[in-house]
Amino acid sequence: MGSAKNFALRLLLIAAVLVVWEVLVRLTGVPEYILPAPLRIFTAMYNGIKTNVYPEHFMVTLTETLLGFLVGTILAFILGTIVALSRKVEYFLYPFIVMFQAMPKVALAPLIIVWFGLGLTSKVINAALVAFFPLMVNTIVGLRSAEEDRINLMRSLAASRTQIFFMLQLPNALPYIFAGLEIAMIFALIGAIVAEFVGAEKGLGMLIQAMNFNMDVAGQFSILLILSLLGLCLNGIVTLARRRLLFWETVNTGEETANSSEKGGKA
Amino acid sequence: MNEMNSAARTARAGTSADRDVIAVDRLSLTYGAKDTGVLALSDISFSIANGEFISIVGPSGCGKSTLLKILAGLLPPTEGQATLNGTAIRGARRDIGVVFQTPVLFPWRTVLGNVLLPADVQKLDKEKMRKRAMDLIRLVGLEGFENRYPRELSGGMQQRVGIIRALIHDPAILLMDEPFGALDAMTRETMNVELQRIWMESGKTILFITHSTSEAVYLADRVIVMTARPGKIGDVFKVDLPRPRPLEVMNTEAFGAYVKRIRVALNADGGLD
Ligand SMILES: Nc1ncnc2c1ncn2[C@@H]1O[C@H](COP(=O)(O)OP(=O)(O)OP(=O)(O)O)[C@@H](O)[C@H]1O
Ligand SMILES: [Mg+2]
Repeated sequence: MGSAKNFALRLLLIAAVLVVWEVLVRLTGVPEYILPAPLRIFTAMYNGIKTNVYPEHFMVTLTETLLGFLVGTILAFILGTIVALSRKVEYFLYPFIVMFQAMPKVALAPLIIVWFGLGLTSKVINAALVAFFPLMVNTIVGLRSAEEDRINLMRSLAASRTQIFFMLQLPNALPYIFAGLEIAMIFALIGAIVAEFVGAEKGLGMLIQAMNFNMDVAGQFSILLILSLLGLCLNGIVTLARRRLLFWETVNTGEETANSSEKGGKA
Repeated sequence: MNEMNSAARTARAGTSADRDVIAVDRLSLTYGAKDTGVLALSDISFSIANGEFISIVGPSGCGKSTLLKILAGLLPPTEGQATLNGTAIRGARRDIGVVFQTPVLFPWRTVLGNVLLPADVQKLDKEKMRKRAMDLIRLVGLEGFENRYPRELSGGMQQRVGIIRALIHDPAILLMDEPFGALDAMTRETMNVELQRIWMESGKTILFITHSTSEAVYLADRVIVMTARPGKIGDVFKVDLPRPRPLEVMNTEAFGAYVKRIRVALNADGGLD
């Protein structure tokens, strides 16, 4: 799949889509504040870069996302581990977990802005909140997924609970945990942007909002492009970490073939 | 030396109660609720003398693996009890090594790492265990594969790793659940010879579950035949063939007679599958 020829075809397809877009916009005369043509978007991007508006906002959003990701996933891992290891804790926390899981977390953003202000804190908290659940759920499922035979093996060796956790359950859960981390990373970005929409002084989300007021649609598209590139990079970092840590999962498995074509898509 | 050893063994196989390592007393096990669950083992009693080699044969689903799990301390019996050196088995013991029906390897550990798992769990001397592990790896013909991961091995190779893992911490008692079932005939015979040698040299007590009657006879001092569900002890055959037994023993009339008698006992009961 990843041959040079296919890669060229892929680029060609993207170019074709852009050309068709450009032509259609010109032919139909759609006003720019509805749908700008690709050339207009690239011009907006170029102007933005030239006047240096992006870096500051970009760094703010990146910081919010990464901090939110860290806080959310660390807490999720700790709580998920506690729940997975203790049926009792699970029993008492269950109603809360179900309620929060069903709730669209971004709906909390306005409240969080009220409670924590327009600055960094509220964005980090919102991002953390959104990133929290996918990892917590995956941690619980992963830690509980150890095969009975493997647990029996450890028990037959008179292994302690701690040994069973570190030598079996945790490595066994890593594929689930990384799947959760990949989702959490993207979710953290969503959480940060939504919180910026609701109220912020800086950040790419706030910039989109501001451009929207000014009917600068081409500018908004340029930021969307930046955001998807950012999302790709963040996701790529997690994937890279996964490959290093889950060395036993690579080569010769069906999953790997799926992954490599997916990786091609991100390159 | 070996001759004497085996003579002593056969004598001991006569079982005097105080020499019994494992005693199983009116053991029953029901999976699930007592009245609605599956009765897997019903009223089982037998004992294993110190240093004895016992084979268990029986139709599929008769409760052989269940019995092994109880002896390994993984499953509490519903009724009756199993004792090890006079004390009831409650929970796992470090002096027991278990080979499961499937290899049960950890994919994130290399062959060497998997073999060393019991040593890691029981915090045994690293250098010594490493050397021992390499010897065992050589013994089962996996030299050169010690740094490979399980997914790079064939099913039979994986099973061999599972077998030597049970030997690494040198347990006095070995419980083996159809360990050679996944191996080809040639490797299987080699492993049988090796197992007999290990047993004769180490004086371990071994409980060996198998589907193969000839394997059971070749290895065992006594062969226990279990009957179909609910699992009970059927006939017990004492095998009086001199040790060490060469593979050619399988072609002798005496050997054939044992196999035949055990087959008959099994067939009377629905047979092997
Ligand atoms: N965890 C379990 N829950 C419920 N029933 C079980 C469980 N494990 C085994 N059984 C039942 O108990 C019976 C005995 O199972 P066991 O695995 O001990 O048989 P076996 O003699 O080892 O068979 P095989 O030769 O095929 O390995 C079977 O009928 C099986 O359905
Ligand atoms: Mg079985």
